[in-house]
Amino acid sequence: MENKKLFSVSTKTIVATGLGAAIFMLLFMFVKVPSPVPETNFQTAYGIAGFFGALFGPIAGGLIAFIGHALSDFAQYGAPWWSWVVASGVSGFIFGLAYKYVDAEKGELTVKDAVIFNVIQIIGNIIAWLVVAPLLDIVIYAEAVNLVFAQGAIAALMNAISCGVIGTILLFIYAKTRTKKGSLNKKN
Amino acid sequence: MKLKVFSYNSKDTPIHKMSGLTKFICFLFLTFAVMFSFDIRAIIGIMFFSLWIFKLSEIKFSQIRLMVIYVAIFLVTNFILSYLFSPEEGVNIYGTRHELFVLFGKYSITLEQFFYQLTKTMKYASVVPLGMIFLLTTNPSEFASALSGIGISYKAAYAVSLTLRYFPDIQRDYNNISMAQQARGLDMSKKAKISHRFKNALLIIIPLILSTLERVNSISNAMDLRGFGKHKKRTWYTGKPFERLDWIAIAVSAAIFLATIALSVFVNHSRFYNPFI
Amino acid sequence: MDKRMPVVSFRDYSFQYHSQAEPTLHDINLDIYAGEKILIVGPSGSGKSTLGHCLNGLIPFAYQGEITGTLEIAGETVANQTIFDRSKRVGTVLQDPDGQFVGLTAGEDIAFSLENDCVAVDEMRERVRDVAAMVDMEDQLRFSPYELSGGQKQRTALAGVMINHVDILLFDEPLANLDPATGKTAIEIIDDIHRDSGKTIIIIEHRLEDVLHRHVDRVLVMNDGRIIADMDADTLLCSTVLVENGIREPLYTTVLKYAGVELTPDMHPGSIDTIALDGCKDKLASWMQQADRTLPMASDHVILSMKELGFSYEAGRKVLSDVNFEIFKGEMISIVGRNGAGKSTMTKLLCGFEKPDEGRICYDGKDIADQTIRERAEYIGLVMQNPNQMISETMIAKEVGLGLKLRGITGEEAEGRIEKALKICGLYPFRDWPISALSFGQKKRVTVASMLVLNPNILVLDEPTAGQDYRHYTEIMKFLVELNQQGVTVVLITHDMHLMLEYTHRAIVLSAGKLLCTAPASQVLTDSDVIEEANLKETSLYQLAKRCGIKDATAFVQCFIDHERWVRQI
Repeated sequence: MENKKLFSVSTKTIVATGLGAAIFMLLFMFVKVPSPVPETNFQTAYGIAGFFGALFGPIAGGLIAFIGHALSDFAQYGAPWWSWVVASGVSGFIFGLAYKYVDAEKGELTVKDAVIFNVIQIIGNIIAWLVVAPLLDIVIYAEAVNLVFAQGAIAALMNAISCGVIGTILLFIYAKTRTKKGSLNKKN
Repeated sequence: MKLKVFSYNSKDTPIHKMSGLTKFICFLFLTFAVMFSFDIRAIIGIMFFSLWIFKLSEIKFSQIRLMVIYVAIFLVTNFILSYLFSPEEGVNIYGTRHELFVLFGKYSITLEQFFYQLTKTMKYASVVPLGMIFLLTTNPSEFASALSGIGISYKAAYAVSLTLRYFPDIQRDYNNISMAQQARGLDMSKKAKISHRFKNALLIIIPLILSTLERVNSISNAMDLRGFGKHKKRTWYTGKPFERLDWIAIAVSAAIFLATIALSVFVNHSRFYNPFI
Repeated sequence: MDKRMPVVSFRDYSFQYHSQAEPTLHDINLDIYAGEKILIVGPSGSGKSTLGHCLNGLIPFAYQGEITGTLEIAGETVANQTIFDRSKRVGTVLQDPDGQFVGLTAGEDIAFSLENDCVAVDEMRERVRDVAAMVDMEDQLRFSPYELSGGQKQRTALAGVMINHVDILLFDEPLANLDPATGKTAIEIIDDIHRDSGKTIIIIEHRLEDVLHRHVDRVLVMNDGRIIADMDADTLLCSTVLVENGIREPLYTTVLKYAGVELTPDMHPGSIDTIALDGCKDKLASWMQQADRTLPMASDHVILSMKELGFSYEAGRKVLSDVNFEIFKGEMISIVGRNGAGKSTMTKLLCGFEKPDEGRICYDGKDIADQTIRERAEYIGLVMQNPNQMISETMIAKEVGLGLKLRGITGEEAEGRIEKALKICGLYPFRDWPISALSFGQKKRVTVASMLVLNPNILVLDEPTAGQDYRHYTEIMKFLVELNQQGVTVVLITHDMHLMLEYTHRAIVLSAGKLLCTAPASQVLTDSDVIEEANLKETSLYQLAKRCGIKDATAFVQCFIDHERWVRQI
């Protein structure tokens, strides 16, 4: 395995970021999984940020979530809610740290890889939704502390579930597509 | 099927004529002003200013109807939640308590709470027309050059351009995949169980992601072959040279931004305007 | 003695990808001279694309591997050049016009490489205008890719590389994504640029006949990483090289060979326009008399019918109007027409993804308006062009069984049906393989099998052979013919004239949302009005018949089709 540089940006990284953000945006707006709690949805988009982050690094992960969230806010509300957009970007950036530790290209995703990915994504969600988003809401909008932390806790939990389920399964399936040809026998 | 996400249409107004970079800088100045200030006078002032620009740019209500509904839902939800979670927040901020009446239990209506929530709602709402003006009067082709114009790395700016370029492709692929999977029996209704809902979403997302990853290589080859990333800088075909109007617009926005800050520093001696003392 | 300096010179050049156990290119020795027009043909996996990557610098920039030997471009050894240096010499037009079109408008895309070179805006605009005029795109500079046709996108891509004043233009499978008439125009544009600018042109393509529509100086045939032949088109078509290497000959040479004509280079068989046919007329006429001409028997049981069908996505803009046609049980039929003619909308209506505004769709005599997508899928299976857009499982048997699982069919019945579908598709021996280990054609079979488990009577396939070389094309089509013989009605949506001619008895031709005609393929491709209206291309057989004074050209083409079927034993 070549030595992975966390912050190097090639043309491929940029293209993956652009297309990843387009998928993020689409899912963020249209593909939500309704949760058992009324009026709340699991955002499948965070699974995409986690997956692309683990494949292309923190710059890609962070930009995908930031661009995807900002553009879908623009498209839906006419303006982005910056505090949450920034938090999304931070979460994507942290997901991308998994790039260094998880190798999906080797043809198999081990339990260890999956655990590392999930530990990192849970940390990312906690920092983004229980630290960054509430703080920005308090600083910018003077929102009540208990309100923003309650909202943040729900977001952290739901996004961690979403990223955990979707991101892990995508990594698992992607790794399988890396299986090399040969070594397989026909059966009759 | 309509594939346009942003309903930009080209018109001959002074706002449309301005460079995208100008509009982006003005958008940032004014957005930062309303995000910084907690003075309802400044916020309403900026709001009226932006509504005037709205009129100048000949934006039709039909273009923004859906956005207005979404924003209204957000504002109402936020208004109710704010009160339920912290009915005395205004009293804490402004330091006085003018109780109007008691609703029930510890929930009473105070002038301070009302004023605080009104200011906050206006603050959220006033960002919206600013964003809409930028969005509806700027050709998406200019987004990337505008971003790079304020000093963001051109590579990141180009990622935004690629997102806008390929979003309709991704949307079309998503619809096609969804159709194919529905034909195989995928239940897209909301009746399914939670674990099934995730699974159903994945049945569309997996082919979408894997087929998109195939394209990443061919697109990045095409960009490498035409010299993307060769220099530390790049120029933009869609970049418009600044004219007098651009400088005026930037000057006005900067002045509004500075005035808002000055209002807080020299008049209110705080980010909050307190009419209760 | 040739005093010219070669502009490209490979010497004992070999290349092996790091990810591969064997070299992909072996001992390439090749000189290309300034101003030459070269065609490189070869089956997939022959190394022709890899050779292209070596030329344009993607090897070693994007694809790492081991290079031995030397490559000189314009007299310079390229070993130390960056991909940026190379892009000043070699301009590449890639296969996928959507992948190459990165700008939000045509103008931006043409300017892309100038932007990367920090050219000032005013100069950039001027140069974009000039080069756009050369490819006839100056009025579309503000158009987004969604407003441009496939041919216009390709011309944009061409302008985007010509703007760099490159000496060498490399076209990587330029015909793969174009409809027949647009492909023909593309070849003409390339030829015009070659004539006007004197640039060196290298075309990599497996559709030999279409490229030979205009003159090329030399044709290189590649197979297994080596250059097998390097000769002019006339000589090549008289040799057996093409047949031996799995490349399809032009149809007119095939039929001449059937008729017992011995081709020689001095007949100039390189193009249907240049070939001398003096001694051929009698031979063709007598072949036509004795060839087996039993017309296929169509069943008269109508399985699917469209009646006065009309549809629009937004009010006032009809995508389909007053479309009437019938499909018979057990038929293999094609739906053809240019992009935007309404082919994919037709599919959506058929499968129930959209509801018609007017008219009816009847299956087996019954109106199916009330049936859901899911219900219709039990008798109409849809197979998309890109199998990767249909596959969501990692293992073959699971993927094939997904439709049953989603319908709650499990246990022995499911296993039985999966096994049957796998056997029909020749996938049974691979049932426990991961899908990632399969080739494109095998993946296509998986997607067909995943439809067959639902026991449909009709199978609709969108461009089943897109991007496939002749061998894989034949493999896929043979498989579909077998399915058809087992009673499945097969509907093919396609751009490929060969496919339509050889495999489908009838064709439904759509143009601008209207039904142009339903007729035997031999008739469609010999009717100049239909051809023009639907952006098709007349078959060279028709031109051959005309040039030989055969009156009933349609019958001649039909005769060829029947003979081909007999040769292939189907």
